[in-house]
Amino acid sequence: MDTTTEIIKVENLKRKFNGFTAVDSISFTVQKGEVFGFLGPNGAGKTTTINMLCTLLRPTSGAAFVAGCDVAKEPNRVRKEIGIIFQDPSLDDRLTAEDNLKFHGYLYNMDHRLIEARIKDVLTLVELYDRRKDYVKKFSGGMKRRLEIARGLLHQPKLLFLDEPTLGLDPQTRAHIWEYILKMRQEHGLSIFMTTHYMQEAEVCDRVAIIDHGKIVDLDTPANLKAKYNETTLEGVFLKITGKEIRPQAGESAWTQWMRRT
Amino acid sequence: MGNFWAIYILWLRDLKHYWYDKARIFASLGQPILFLFVLGTALSPSVAAPGGINFSEFIFPGIISMTVLFTSIFSAISIVWDREFGFLKEVLVAPVSRWSIVIGKALGGSTVAVLQGCLMLLLAPLVGVKLSPLIVVQSVFVMFLIAFAITGLGIVIAARMKEMEGFQMIVNFVIMPIFFLSGALFPMDRLPGWLLLLTRIDPLTYGVDMLRGVMLGIHSFPYILNLAVMLAFTFIMFAIAVIEFNLAE
Repeated sequence: MDTTTEIIKVENLKRKFNGFTAVDSISFTVQKGEVFGFLGPNGAGKTTTINMLCTLLRPTSGAAFVAGCDVAKEPNRVRKEIGIIFQDPSLDDRLTAEDNLKFHGYLYNMDHRLIEARIKDVLTLVELYDRRKDYVKKFSGGMKRRLEIARGLLHQPKLLFLDEPTLGLDPQTRAHIWEYILKMRQEHGLSIFMTTHYMQEAEVCDRVAIIDHGKIVDLDTPANLKAKYNETTLEGVFLKITGKEIRPQAGESAWTQWMRRT
Repeated sequence: MGNFWAIYILWLRDLKHYWYDKARIFASLGQPILFLFVLGTALSPSVAAPGGINFSEFIFPGIISMTVLFTSIFSAISIVWDREFGFLKEVLVAPVSRWSIVIGKALGGSTVAVLQGCLMLLLAPLVGVKLSPLIVVQSVFVMFLIAFAITGLGIVIAARMKEMEGFQMIVNFVIMPIFFLSGALFPMDRLPGWLLLLTRIDPLTYGVDMLRGVMLGIHSFPYILNLAVMLAFTFIMFAIAVIEFNLAE
């Protein structure tokens, strides 16, 4: 049934938290196979948007479709098609790397014989196969991130969400992580929706949306944006669009704060 | 089928955690053992237990219930840790129905609680309680009833808790009253009216009574009533828990 070329379609999506509008009637589409960057200062509404797209938060109004399914009405069908690397760690420290993946495979109702083979594939991809029997507790931050990427890819999603996937990692690990992700994209035609604060990383995107105060300010290819704003880098474009004022750190975690409050 | 495997893997995860924390298995037996041997021995000469049995014997099923109660609550409350450490998100974005998450978690917590209860059961000869294979099977069944009801309650509480800071409050104002009012530590036949009333509205009362019945042959209510109250309580808790998980964002 799914003959559309869009993997994500968002129409007037809005989310309020107790009167504060975190995401304000945004609309955009992401094509299949596209790497789509979602850029914005802290508190712009990036994570809130991701949380709505991956069915963790219900939209206040508007609609979003992922792989042709409505995120509010058919959450389980959406969940099957997506993989997510969250901004904050989400591994079980008291399980081994292998058990974390096995848990994921069973949760996604994968064929049990396939799980073993896929675990080997994804752990080899992120170069953790020889550490599969180790408890995650012993892993460094970079290793945990790599394991999360392996886990996000395990069930062969059509769309991968990356919420600041390289936050707090050293340049070597960051380079590796992009290598894995782009390899996956090449081999499996994976679509990617990502947020990042590292503008050089955003250069790999086919298109980027720049979001501020819950609204999309501009959306185009990195080359077009640079031409339009007469800048040589995306960083320059970003600063020109969103200004140089520092945002309250608490902003981006409007979601986290809200989670805690309710 | 997907839901079945989700339940299985959530259950298995709790067992793996149980095994991972081997030290805790023994640490958490400390308190019930103190109750059983210190309190039991000290009060035996002065408290007359019904049926002419020793006070230590009388409280043995109560102490096992206590072990099951506390282990069940701790297991269920671990959802709050999962939320704090981010793992809950991994579960919530998975394509599984919310009820299977609740059931998987409850079965995991219950199994761990019953295992702890069985470790306590090994002390029966030291207290002078004689166990036949049939009694063991019946006891495990009742322990499981208690465990499943209490993990249900724990999940209802955990679904509303955003951080572990409130846990001490829960212990003081929910768990300890449930334990003290259950008749685990005293006979119910000479209680003043107000206390008797409170014990009657405590769901654990019916679990303790049934466990004491199958282990020692002494019980205040018919089994059918015990069973009905426990099952009704369990059903209500699960209904609330599933609603909470469906509404949770």
